[in-house]
Amino acid sequence: MNADAVPLLEARGMTMRFGGVTAVNNVDFVLGEVELRCLIGPNGAGKSTFFKMLTGQLTPTAGTVRFRGEDITGAYPHQVARRGVGIKTQVPNVFDGLTVRENVFVAAARLHQARTARRIADETIEHVGLTRIAGRMVGQLAHGQRQWVEIAAVLAQEPDLLLLDEPAAGMNKEEVARTSELIREINKTKALIVVEHDMQFIRMIAKTVTVFNQGSILIEDDVHTVLSNQSVRDVYLGRQAA
Amino acid sequence: MAGAIASGWASFAAMLLAGLVLMFGLPHVFDLFGLLQMTVFVAMAVLALSQGFIWGYGGIMSFGQSAFFGLGGYTYAVAVMNLGDSTGAVALAIALPAAFAALLGYFMFYGRISDAYVGVVTLTVTVILFNVFNSTAGDWYTIGNAPLGGFNGMPSVPPLNIPGHPDEPLDPGQLWYAAMGSLILVYVLLRGVLASRFGRVVVAIRENETRAMLLGYDPRLYKLLTFTLGGGIAGLAGCLFTNWGSFISPTAFSLAQSAQIIIFVLVGGLGTLLGPILGAVAIQYMVTLIGAQQKVDGNLIVGVVLIGFVLLVPQGVVPVVRNVLQRLFVRTPRGGTAPVASEARP
Ligand SMILES: Nc1ncnc2c1ncn2[C@@H]1O[C@H](COP(=O)(O)OP(=O)(O)OP(=O)(O)O)[C@@H](O)[C@H]1O
Ligand SMILES: [Mg+2]
Repeated sequence: MNADAVPLLEARGMTMRFGGVTAVNNVDFVLGEVELRCLIGPNGAGKSTFFKMLTGQLTPTAGTVRFRGEDITGAYPHQVARRGVGIKTQVPNVFDGLTVRENVFVAAARLHQARTARRIADETIEHVGLTRIAGRMVGQLAHGQRQWVEIAAVLAQEPDLLLLDEPAAGMNKEEVARTSELIREINKTKALIVVEHDMQFIRMIAKTVTVFNQGSILIEDDVHTVLSNQSVRDVYLGRQAA
Repeated sequence: MAGAIASGWASFAAMLLAGLVLMFGLPHVFDLFGLLQMTVFVAMAVLALSQGFIWGYGGIMSFGQSAFFGLGGYTYAVAVMNLGDSTGAVALAIALPAAFAALLGYFMFYGRISDAYVGVVTLTVTVILFNVFNSTAGDWYTIGNAPLGGFNGMPSVPPLNIPGHPDEPLDPGQLWYAAMGSLILVYVLLRGVLASRFGRVVVAIRENETRAMLLGYDPRLYKLLTFTLGGGIAGLAGCLFTNWGSFISPTAFSLAQSAQIIIFVLVGGLGTLLGPILGAVAIQYMVTLIGAQQKVDGNLIVGVVLIGFVLLVPQGVVPVVRNVLQRLFVRTPRGGTAPVASEARP
């Protein structure tokens, strides 16, 4: 990234308080174009809350979010989405009563006429490997498949930045490998921030890693430095330590 | 998808054909009295469609479709008495309730009140309108040369006429064609809306509003448009109803009326268009039968039927019958194509 270029995403002094709980505390976070960032941290560290602030689902108590230099702090979720930010939420948000194909179609139809949207939906479904179950109701699918449906929908939305909150949760080994492959491929053209607890998975995809702990950034560095850092190990003690 | 689209067209064609057969066939089957009865059933079916659309597809729980129904009825009466020709009066009877729905919807959806409160607000508005129109007795409440008449309502409302020819009113036999034609038009319109991109998004918002927002759709706008369209259709139903009895009174706004619309949709089936139509006709037919005898209170029986349905067939009749038919006649292809809730079904 060019040093004086405007970053894709620039969050400054981000703070979110829920009553007495400070879920995110004065976080500065900068992401370049087509960058892949992993965001890790123990349960309750504030990762999902941070994503919600970036996407307009929560208005930060303090701080600003800039996307390509434009202030999007406090914008509605649909406005943030229209700027080019897509998110796969931790608890899958999908259209359970619609088929896989319809889920992805609705995502593509925001920018395109029905005919084009149908073509994009079919291509995306093929790409993510859901063609075989394209006609199934999403509500009837297994958790891993629902995650992929959501990823496919986010892709069909054609964002420049994808936020993936625990995309590999509940997936078996094979599925995790496929998801990491998919993420690397997406990263050829788009920026991503990926929240994950699975360290194997982080090792497969990560370049730079940001570690959240108790609402603040503990460390931000390249994956090897971070995973061999003692305080990161301490924070993760009791979990599958790095 | 090609299959789904083909079967969509087939069911649409079948419904259209059935509608036209009934429209032109029933006058040969029924005497004038029977036909008149069918006419009011059809007016109520249009009303049920408005509720079925905004609730079953838009996920908006309105307890106040009777508000737009009543407004449509009164607007037609006032307008036709002043204009002489019914054409503009019909247009106003659709436009005014739609505009009112837009205004109300703007405050509800852009005010970000919760779904439960949408029910409360629409119910309250209906009660207010009921009381307002009830207290319009006396000369002071006369619009042009149309007295609103308080709780007695407005009698002798001029009927529809051939457009542009106020001296050629429709007779009751011809009114049937106007009513049934309206029902078919509304059905076709809603099928088209549901098959369109807009309709897909409306259903998606019903399924998961958060996801729709995160994809870049503004749910407030889609709900507002859905609610406005529903208001206009309810207004048209009110116009037909006024024509049927040459009469409109504040009972159109009553809570019993609001409840009845919801029962039509519940019994027929939420999330379908055919369900509300059949529900409206069946319930009204039943009420008419009950009304003819003196032994048991009619409301009691309707109540019992409703409870029975909610307990035994909570989905409503049409979805259940459709599932049974699908199981009998449609072989599920490999990979299992499950029923698609969002397809614009009859
Ligand atoms: N809406 C809310 N109201 C009150 N407290 C909240 C709310 N949302 C999150 N929190 C609290 O904020 C803190 C951070 O939660 P968050 O979900 O962001 O953590 P996380 O890092 O995503 O954790 P996990 O890895 O378990 O998903 C937690 O203590 C949580 O209980
Ligand atoms: Mg989380």
